[in-house]
Amino acid sequence: MSGIRFDGVSVAYGGNTVLDSLDLTVEPGEVMALLGPSGSGKTTALRAVAGFVRPVGGRVLIGDRDVTALPPHKRGIGMVVQQYALFPHMRVEDNVAFGLKAQKAPRAEIPGRVAEALEMTGMAAYAGRYPRELSGGQQQRVAIARALAIRPGVLLLDEPLSALDAQLRSGMLAELARLHRELPDVSILYVTHDQVEALTLADRIAVMDRAGLQDCGTPQELYRAPRTEFTASFVGNANLLPVTVAEDGAVFEGRALTLDRGRAAPGSTATLCVRPHLLGLGAGPNALSGTIAEVQWRGSTHRLYVDVGGHRVKADLPELRETPALGDRVTLHFEPRDAVLLGAGVSDG
Amino acid sequence: MPRGVWALPPVVVLALVFLYPLALVVQQSFSPESGGGAFDAYASVFASQSFREALGTTVWLAVGATVGCLVLGFALALVIAFVPFPGARAVAKFIDVFLSFPSFLITLALLFVYGTVGMANGLVTDLTGAAEGPFHFLTTPWGVLLAEITYFTPFVMRPLLAAFSQLDTAQLEVAAGLGARPARIVRQVILPEALPALAAGGSLVLVMCLNEFGIVLFTGAKDVTTLPMLIYGKAILESDYSAACGVAVVNIAISVGLFGLYRVVGKRAGA
Repeated sequence: MSGIRFDGVSVAYGGNTVLDSLDLTVEPGEVMALLGPSGSGKTTALRAVAGFVRPVGGRVLIGDRDVTALPPHKRGIGMVVQQYALFPHMRVEDNVAFGLKAQKAPRAEIPGRVAEALEMTGMAAYAGRYPRELSGGQQQRVAIARALAIRPGVLLLDEPLSALDAQLRSGMLAELARLHRELPDVSILYVTHDQVEALTLADRIAVMDRAGLQDCGTPQELYRAPRTEFTASFVGNANLLPVTVAEDGAVFEGRALTLDRGRAAPGSTATLCVRPHLLGLGAGPNALSGTIAEVQWRGSTHRLYVDVGGHRVKADLPELRETPALGDRVTLHFEPRDAVLLGAGVSDG
Repeated sequence: MPRGVWALPPVVVLALVFLYPLALVVQQSFSPESGGGAFDAYASVFASQSFREALGTTVWLAVGATVGCLVLGFALALVIAFVPFPGARAVAKFIDVFLSFPSFLITLALLFVYGTVGMANGLVTDLTGAAEGPFHFLTTPWGVLLAEITYFTPFVMRPLLAAFSQLDTAQLEVAAGLGARPARIVRQVILPEALPALAAGGSLVLVMCLNEFGIVLFTGAKDVTTLPMLIYGKAILESDYSAACGVAVVNIAISVGLFGLYRVVGKRAGA
């Protein structure tokens, strides 16, 4: 079993640092999602593992082996990219066999391993077809089969579902989860900007922004108790409100809020993080009154944008029978346990 | 206005400036000035040793130059497209400019370097004190071959560079990640996708080499007689227009035949 370790890895193009001293460990058999917006450095980190970019500092280790200076063909990794990158002039079976031939697998073994990989991804019936004869979802399955056929210790997935429509994406997420259950020894580094993919698939999520690691933890940790404002905002689109810490909670725009202040010192400033779906409409604990700025119907839910003391608060509510009008005065509330005070630094979980 | 009307002007221009003179050449080849049968000029041409030698020389030079251009062009295009080096873009732009150069200019440049009194021989004679330098190949078929490869290689590189720019670089990266060394990636990923561009560039070079006149003339290779040189000799030096037109018709037939073959092969290959 091989894990991945980034040991102070920095990558720069010219004078522009695109990955800054990344320290991160992917345990053997773990699915680690690198989640972040465009330009956050997540793809660069993946490319450093693959060997397509040469770090200007730090080391990349696969298992116990320092691969920082190794060319890509000597790293023994499987890789799946957004646009599949299938070889268009090869049939599906030849695409899948490519890595085995490149690694000089015994000739007699190749057909069996190709069939096994295609079986695993449900593409055995398409072995004789060319990529152009397949749908996007089928091409992605072939790309995954091609990566798995070489039985890699490490599988790199670079936005593998971005080119698929929503329905296919959901199906492929379930497929990837199943594949990982069947191949528990494979460590997966999964680059995505989609929090749903990260939350669904990953054992842990590394949140990246501005060329660096912002936060790292299990999906539940990051969602329920984010350590930074960026994480709270990027994962789950939380409400972030400036507050002053008080003895028994916090004060927001003159309103006393009851919540667990943890180790925050009374009198200090902090940011209150509360998820939109954890807000309720009407009177209750920690009431926030304001005026409706916008109402969006989203099928099973309504999203309300409420201006509270000059701050816009988002609330996701089960579909309302009576929808408030713009400018109406409403009260939102939240339970003390549903709010978090932010101020912690960043560390590798 | 009927659609066909728009086609009329270009057809008329084409007929006047190209098809009519071409028809005159064909007609002349069937009308020997010395009288006799319509095919006498052809019979005489095909029977002559000079024609057979010229045909052989033309074909081997054209095929050799095409193969050389394909190999050299593919290698250079690979480097320019996939090996990052400072000035790669400038080199690619220069390829475009190179295509506009007249062929004799390249030959002239080679004469300056490898000619009997060129730089290379001058350097050797200066260093060794010998009466003459060792380089005399420019007036041989090998000199013509070198000049043709030098001049026509960019004609292969241009479509190749265009094809390489369309190639998804993720394919190359995935291939490397799967364990393929650069040579395998070139052979199994890049080359198959470059085949249509290679076929296009290669067939263009082959046809141009078959008809090349300026390079052969400028190298001054007296013993190298190609079909265009034979036409020149028959028409200008011997004033035998019927024979010249006969050889020209054969030359055209070979060119058009090769072009037709390229189209058929290209269609079957889906190029």
